[in-house]
Amino acid sequence: MNLDLFTSLYVFMLAGFMGFEVIRRVSPLLHTPLMSLTNALSAISVIGAILLAGEHKSTLSTVLGTIAVVAATSNVVGGFLITDRMLRMFKSSRTPKP
Amino acid sequence: MLPTEVVIQITYLIATALFILSLKWLSSPATAARGVRAGELGMLLAIAGTLLHHGIVDYKWIAIALVLGSIIGVPLGLVQMTAVPQRTALSHAFGSLCVTLVGTAEYYLRAPDVPRFMMSVLSLEVILGSLTITGSLMAAGKLQEVLPQRPITYRGQNFVNLALLTSAVAVAVYLVLHPSQTYLFPLLLAIPMLFGVMMIVPIGGADMPTVISLLNSYAGLSAAAMGFVLDSKLLIIAGALDGASGFILSLKMSKAMNRSFSNVLFGAFGQEQVSAKAGVESRPVRIATPEEAAAILAAASKVVIIPGYGMAVAQAQHKVRELYDNLSKRGVDVKFGIHPVAGRMPGHMNVLLAEADIPYDKLLDMDEVNPDMPQTDVALVIGANDVTNPAARTDTTSPIYGMPILDVDKARTVMVIKRSMAAGFAGIDNPLYYLDKTLMLFGDAKGFVGSIVRELSGGGHG
Repeated sequence: MNLDLFTSLYVFMLAGFMGFEVIRRVSPLLHTPLMSLTNALSAISVIGAILLAGEHKSTLSTVLGTIAVVAATSNVVGGFLITDRMLRMFKSSRTPKP
Repeated sequence: MLPTEVVIQITYLIATALFILSLKWLSSPATAARGVRAGELGMLLAIAGTLLHHGIVDYKWIAIALVLGSIIGVPLGLVQMTAVPQRTALSHAFGSLCVTLVGTAEYYLRAPDVPRFMMSVLSLEVILGSLTITGSLMAAGKLQEVLPQRPITYRGQNFVNLALLTSAVAVAVYLVLHPSQTYLFPLLLAIPMLFGVMMIVPIGGADMPTVISLLNSYAGLSAAAMGFVLDSKLLIIAGALDGASGFILSLKMSKAMNRSFSNVLFGAFGQEQVSAKAGVESRPVRIATPEEAAAILAAASKVVIIPGYGMAVAQAQHKVRELYDNLSKRGVDVKFGIHPVAGRMPGHMNVLLAEADIPYDKLLDMDEVNPDMPQTDVALVIGANDVTNPAARTDTTSPIYGMPILDVDKARTVMVIKRSMAAGFAGIDNPLYYLDKTLMLFGDAKGFVGSIVRELSGGGHG
């Protein structure tokens, strides 16, 4: 076991705690946009897929990587798009409608 | 480190900060739009940085895949708001498909010499990923109504599920010890995929908010495991944030349904169906017409509307907005009381009502609205059932006993718009309907609310 793995475990643990604290504050009002936004953000897995698709280490890895990029990109584009659409709908009665 | 490598790492570092800010800003509607911008910017930076990677020898497939993914993503971002639950389930399937494919490719690239820790996180990645793919597809199918929505239960269901999960873990352990046995790897995909299907088979509509949150959490955790495999801190953090978010939502949903923590972790949903007791249907209820309902609403000074999945099914949210507008103009204080598990996913009702242009400060949580119930003149229940059932407070034999509910029975008058006297999802009779202060308004939610609005406008005050 090398130290890098432990560094990664620390990063994971800290990110988990921080996520818990930050997300706990999200109003129930916005739970649906929260889910679509975190879904778009976790599609950052596209970076791993891009490397696989571009590095040509084997035919299998290129094919799987390419499909993976398609799947993740659809989440990036669709996720941000729908989150933005949903948030535009939330208007307060205290601010005049545009 | 090569200069390009430094640049790549800096883009990842900035992207990480932007992702965290993105979620922080999402906590309030006032800053939420900024949160989306931050997330988008972080994503663009990270992808641009990745494309600089010196290991990439061919951009052709990357370009094709990015374009194709965008073409698929745009319609998925433009679906109707009523279709958001199934779209969300589908996106969990896509996210975990990416993670599972990358994990599979990484295994075959590294085999036969995979260090134990690496093999452990790889196994975790593909097990969580595979079960989330099929589980989410099943959930999306049920929500889209292409699959039967009735929960299917059979004897020994928990045993079968547990056996599947145990065997997947056993294969994983064996592979950790003997990573060169590549022929076993497909089992690490197939067994969890079967488990994902079996996990959703007993799930009914009311369990969907919890299940979608749980799948959200699994998708995030599998992405974090992928971060360990690729040694990408950015991915570990994004996955941990997604996992934490799904976990928190699962906890909130299970609390709102009075289910235990372990119940959530092991996905033991689809509790036994309770058959409605015979004879209860014959008890008398008071029935009112749209004219009577309109008169009572017009005379009220404080009204709380309780929306449920029935409102979504009937697409009644725009008619409800007309009712809200009409009553507000008359000076009636109208608020909405929203149960955490109303609808088919967390926050489902809020999005539908916001789409219908109802100001978000009128949409209140269960905890915010319950203290006001005794001072409320009319509680108008539209397409909700179990979340208003007072038996959850009083009847220890009820299957939903202990579940937090909206205290509509404490309002001065209760009006329930309902298609018929049929029992709700849990198959339990609702004593609320037989109270003296309760008026049953039988009909389609959209049609009935429309009739009330017509009555109110026809009265010459609209």
